Amino acid sequence: MITGRFFAAGADRRIAITIFILLAVAFIVPLLNLAVSPTSAFYVPSYVVALTGKYLCYALLALALDLVWGYCGILSLGHGAFFALGGYAMGMYLMRQIGSRGVYGNPLLPDFMVFLNYRELPWFWYGFDHFWFAAIMVLAVPGLLAFIFGWFAFRSRVTGVYLSIITQAMTYALLLAFFRNDMGFGGNNGLTDFKDILGFNVQADATRSALFAASAVTLALAVFVTWAIVGSKYGKLLMAVRDAESRTRFLGWRAENVKLFAFTVSAVMAGIAGALYVPQVGIINPGEFEPSNSIEVVVWAAVGGRGTIVGPIIGALVVNAGKSWFTGVLPEFWLFALGGLFVAVTLFLPKGIVGMWDSWRGNAKALRAASIAEETGIDPDVPAPPKIVRSAARTPGDWSASSPEPQPAE
Amino acid sequence: MSKRNTILYLDGVSVSFDGFRAINNLSLVLDKGEMRAIIGPNGAGKTTMMDIVTGKTRPDAGEVYFDGEIDLTKHDEAEIAMMGIGRKFQKPTVFESHTIEENLMLALKGPRSIFPALFHRRSAAEVRQIDDILGITRLGDKRDELAANLSHGQKQWLEIGMLLAQDPKLLLVDEPVAGMTDAETEETARLLKDIARDHSVIVVEHDMHFVRELGVKVTCLHEGSVLSEGSLDFVSADERVVEVYLGR
Repeated sequence: MITGRFFAAGADRRIAITIFILLAVAFIVPLLNLAVSPTSAFYVPSYVVALTGKYLCYALLALALDLVWGYCGILSLGHGAFFALGGYAMGMYLMRQIGSRGVYGNPLLPDFMVFLNYRELPWFWYGFDHFWFAAIMVLAVPGLLAFIFGWFAFRSRVTGVYLSIITQAMTYALLLAFFRNDMGFGGNNGLTDFKDILGFNVQADATRSALFAASAVTLALAVFVTWAIVGSKYGKLLMAVRDAESRTRFLGWRAENVKLFAFTVSAVMAGIAGALYVPQVGIINPGEFEPSNSIEVVVWAAVGGRGTIVGPIIGALVVNAGKSWFTGVLPEFWLFALGGLFVAVTLFLPKGIVGMWDSWRGNAKALRAASIAEETGIDPDVPAPPKIVRSAARTPGDWSASSPEPQPAE
Repeated sequence: MSKRNTILYLDGVSVSFDGFRAINNLSLVLDKGEMRAIIGPNGAGKTTMMDIVTGKTRPDAGEVYFDGEIDLTKHDEAEIAMMGIGRKFQKPTVFESHTIEENLMLALKGPRSIFPALFHRRSAAEVRQIDDILGITRLGDKRDELAANLSHGQKQWLEIGMLLAQDPKLLLVDEPVAGMTDAETEETARLLKDIARDHSVIVVEHDMHFVRELGVKVTCLHEGSVLSEGSLDFVSADERVVEVYLGR
């Protein structure tokens, strides 16, 4: 059934194309960076690989938000927190890979701990010298936080703007906590100066290309998972909770569990995005918990079109490319541009880029149908039927064979 | 009063919101298999009574029993729905961005946890059940249409269809014919009478013509308690009922 849907036309075909493009990019971009000579016109410079790899992580974060906001109506203004927690888990692994190559040359303690006079490694840093342990934490820490947070919030039926505010408060609280030096996560400097990941130099072109490919493949996988979730009966239920929560309760569904599952899955996706992001940018600090970061994610999803899976990815790529360009040209005005963009999208493109594309396509189809109808001399508003009646009157028995369905407008 | 052989048993139920007594020492008993019409002027407590039965509102005092032995005040909406009480809202509430079939699929009796729903596949038996309900509610030709595109009356029917899919023992139907044409009202009365053959039903309605069509025992509520109970002729001849309706 799933494969049948996968190759079907319409919105599902769009998902298939997106996955195909992402997988192709995961293969081609590293190839053009590593195997093509820098003088060639096809060469992709390393900084472009790193930059687009970062954008793909943002796209994954926007997709995670789309699952809860677009399909369940939970406007989370704290998704940056899950992203940052995944990033910190990866950062801790990368810190411990530095070993004795730090400035202070301590084989066990990272530089900031030596600087802050730590005698021994805090208990929560144990295990992070193993990649598998860090990988589990990347999934578990954001997932667990989302589960506990959601458990209380959804059970006490906090919805709408109140929920948005407490998610915002959550990320702000984490921001303040991670800023503290005695928290054991590097205070306001965060974690940086990474050397190796899985034994490969994080600065090397080949490693960067591999991280880029990993980001693209992960994003493709996340698109597939989101699409499968949304298309399942559970996905229908998710949208039903968004549209008429009380109806689902009186049908016997536990709306809070429906939301909790989506929220947790979404947080895990955001955590993975953060973990892929950190080795590519080379730093993670409490700034990632900044509430404005989480709000920016909402803008990406809104610009691309929420509830469309592909939309938020496009939104994240377009807005971030715009940001990179804008902060180069007019750095002081970027935040104004972002705010203006959000207002403009809300006013003129309530369904985002993808939504606009869909309705534009629908209109074009309707126009084409109308012009075809006009050419054949039929009033587009009342297509076909009168003709059928007439021909039926002339040649009875013939009408059933030639009854074209009136073309639907959309 | 004995609770045995009752499907719904309310005794001395009271609830107040900010000092306003919405339900005041209400007692009401519905036998198994019975259909009952509840009438009453605005603010009589009809919808609040349904809120109490379905677990949305907790009563301040009184007993609420389902099926003779289940204390409904100890359960929440989802549990009560699973026990077999279905509810249609006053304003038709269906899942507008889903098709008719998907609406019914979500309502069909079955497990209500997340993972079965995630890996659920439509079975032939489910399709047959949905076919049946589409036939009963006369929505057969609209199967793949979005619920948002239905007319007001059709939405009411879809919601009743969703109740049927749930296969409840007791149906609470709040104003099923509000905003319907006369022909639709007649159809709905026939539909409910059909349903009442193997379910217990409570219908809240303002439309006296419709209540007459149902031809069942009537309870008139006023200011949160029972004012009069009996056949429609008996109730509408009751001086006090005339008084609260006409304000004399």
